[in-house]
Amino acid sequence: MTRLLKGGRVIDPAQGLDGACDVLIENGRIAAVGRGLATGTAAVVEVPHGLVICPGFIDMHVHLREPGQEHKETIETGTAAAAAGGFTAVACMPNTAPINDNASVTRFIRDRAAESGVVRVYPIGAVTKGSKGEQLAEIGELNQAGCVAVSDDGRPVASAMMMRRALEYAGMFGMPVIDHCEEPTLKGEGVAHEGHVAAVLGLRGIPAAAEDVMVERDVVLAEAFGGRVHIAHLSTRGALRAVRAAKARGVRVTCEVTPHHLVLCDDALMGPKSYDTNLKMNPPLREAADRDALVGGLADGSVDAIATDHAPHHADEKHVEFDRAPFGIAGLETAVSLLVDRVVHAGVITLARLVELWSVNPARILQVPGGTLAVGAQADLTILAPDLAVTVTPDRFRSKARNTPFGGWTLRGGVAATIVGGRAVYVNPEAPGAGAFATE
Amino acid sequence: MHGESDAPATRLRGKDLLGIAELSREEILLILDTAVAMKEVGTRPIKKVPALRGKTVINLFFEPSTRTRTSFEIAEKRLSADSLNIAATTSSVVKGETLADTAMNLEAMAPDLLVMRHSSSGSCHFLSRICRAGIINAGDGMHEHPTQALLDAFTIREHKGRIEGLKIAILGDLLHSRVLRSNVLLLAKLGAEVWICGPPTLIPIGFERLGAHVTSSIARALDGADAIMMLRIQLERMQGGFFPSLREYFTVFGMTPERVRLARPDVIIMHPGPMNRGVEIASEVADAPNSVILDQVANGVAVRMAVLYLLAGGAEHDAIA
Repeated sequence: MTRLLKGGRVIDPAQGLDGACDVLIENGRIAAVGRGLATGTAAVVEVPHGLVICPGFIDMHVHLREPGQEHKETIETGTAAAAAGGFTAVACMPNTAPINDNASVTRFIRDRAAESGVVRVYPIGAVTKGSKGEQLAEIGELNQAGCVAVSDDGRPVASAMMMRRALEYAGMFGMPVIDHCEEPTLKGEGVAHEGHVAAVLGLRGIPAAAEDVMVERDVVLAEAFGGRVHIAHLSTRGALRAVRAAKARGVRVTCEVTPHHLVLCDDALMGPKSYDTNLKMNPPLREAADRDALVGGLADGSVDAIATDHAPHHADEKHVEFDRAPFGIAGLETAVSLLVDRVVHAGVITLARLVELWSVNPARILQVPGGTLAVGAQADLTILAPDLAVTVTPDRFRSKARNTPFGGWTLRGGVAATIVGGRAVYVNPEAPGAGAFATE
Repeated sequence: MHGESDAPATRLRGKDLLGIAELSREEILLILDTAVAMKEVGTRPIKKVPALRGKTVINLFFEPSTRTRTSFEIAEKRLSADSLNIAATTSSVVKGETLADTAMNLEAMAPDLLVMRHSSSGSCHFLSRICRAGIINAGDGMHEHPTQALLDAFTIREHKGRIEGLKIAILGDLLHSRVLRSNVLLLAKLGAEVWICGPPTLIPIGFERLGAHVTSSIARALDGADAIMMLRIQLERMQGGFFPSLREYFTVFGMTPERVRLARPDVIIMHPGPMNRGVEIASEVADAPNSVILDQVANGVAVRMAVLYLLAGGAEHDAIA
């Protein structure tokens, strides 16, 4: 099937493109990009005014919970949420039950994704068996089965020796080691960022130093022993300083930040939503100075990617005392609106930079297809409606989860449609004209 | 802070007492003034008034407590409330019931007030959002213990005639103490100069923004102090690496008669209990004539009567006469 998207603003940083352009899609791939493309036999989609065509957004850090925790989320519901959030692909963390530390679990995830997935799913394998930090997982077999990276996410690779071996060994397959950076003894039983807010609320603190010290360790190890390290959900100004300095020395390190760390800080825990368990995540919401540093990192290039750390939980699990609640929030269906409203419209970065952070760089870090609309690329497209008025309504999430602190927020900017392999997997009924993208 | 006026308060604005943080200065003064009348009830031959007759109060204690639970229970009985105690070990909590379900089940029996102690900070806030009954925080985790701070303020006022302008030194395990948090908030709202003192390992990061002076120097904390408030050192803190030994703690921070002399001659000595004699406080200090530790216990009943009355009986004002 051939379709011609005519007349929209197209942003493709990989080709240095930002302007009115036509995009021709043939057999699920990009066949041509340019002005005034001939229609030929293609079905024409007149792109409504104000919509922006981008290479598909890739969320490189989600928890799909299947296998083992299907009461929280499944591959079907999680990828439906991804599509509604504007993502054409997600990379899913291995902390399922069982843990994705061997090829049979990876194959299960890929099979389930093929059966029920709405967007592309790239599994991430465990670094160590059972993510226990004691013995390397079969990283080569994970790689062959389709894992794009390794991570013990949810936990750090606590032992420096194990991290060294992981960097060396995964490096052989060109896979990054994604580390959840937190020095476990400094984190202790902490539940909130250590500082004024936690002190007043009587919550056990997680110091910024717990993250800083681990990021410093990881960049030293990557520098000394090679391999590629990617810092998951970086949340402190100290950790960003470490990454920035390491990059300047040529260390192969990349990092991601989450929308919630860019938009909120720990003072949200006080006031009318005090002790709201939907404000409990790990790493915790940090101080304003940290948030401001992360926002600065988006603009100056030291942050490579935005990732949601989508962490769905059942409502019952969050309806408990603060220190008993699990960490994490659902992020897929609020991320784009938060970033467009709070960062792009705020003038911090351009839409083109947003595309780098959410498409170009994740594809490069994970070495997966995507990140461009160049001829021959998969026709994975995120169609943004940057001026759409959006009210966050958790009850209408595609995700099984409702655990978001953003319910009721009104934001400017959203997703009009999500196209995977030339096929529309999501069309936003509230975005004027977006119905034109629908495919049968 | 809420919008406050200079006019004396005549009632509490909320249905709950979650913490000192939610109270205005006027509300604090209202409770303290009401407690004066309540204290008089305790001196009568018949120590009972009908103010809360027909009201049901449930004391829900998820942590062991002798002093606070007994104090609330006596306060409830002196006000003629129907009160009952639930201890976590005898409840269905041990069968795995959640706090929310426990609360909803109690709520179904239409109590007027729930007095709760719980090991999780913020658990009373959580309860207040799911219960119609008023919630009184009898200590939540490391967060607040508002009735303790109120009875401490009542005791200071009784001995010093005021709180504004006094220097109060609070010493001990600051990090884990809900008594500390409530006291710092309350004393700051009433205009005292608060010094908090302990080893750096037991000082919460970022606490100075509440307005307290933070120091590890006993001499600075005690210099010219009008009241010394000791906090309990929990014996298990050594394992956490907060200090090397109880013996060393006493050497560096123990309240001895010599150290008390750094304060004003008319200083009063306070402790919320339970005390560890020979750890944070020497017996000579605890039992000295200027120790008001047992006054605190006695005043606890009066202050809790005031809180119960203002939250559950205030509307009728049918009196404690």
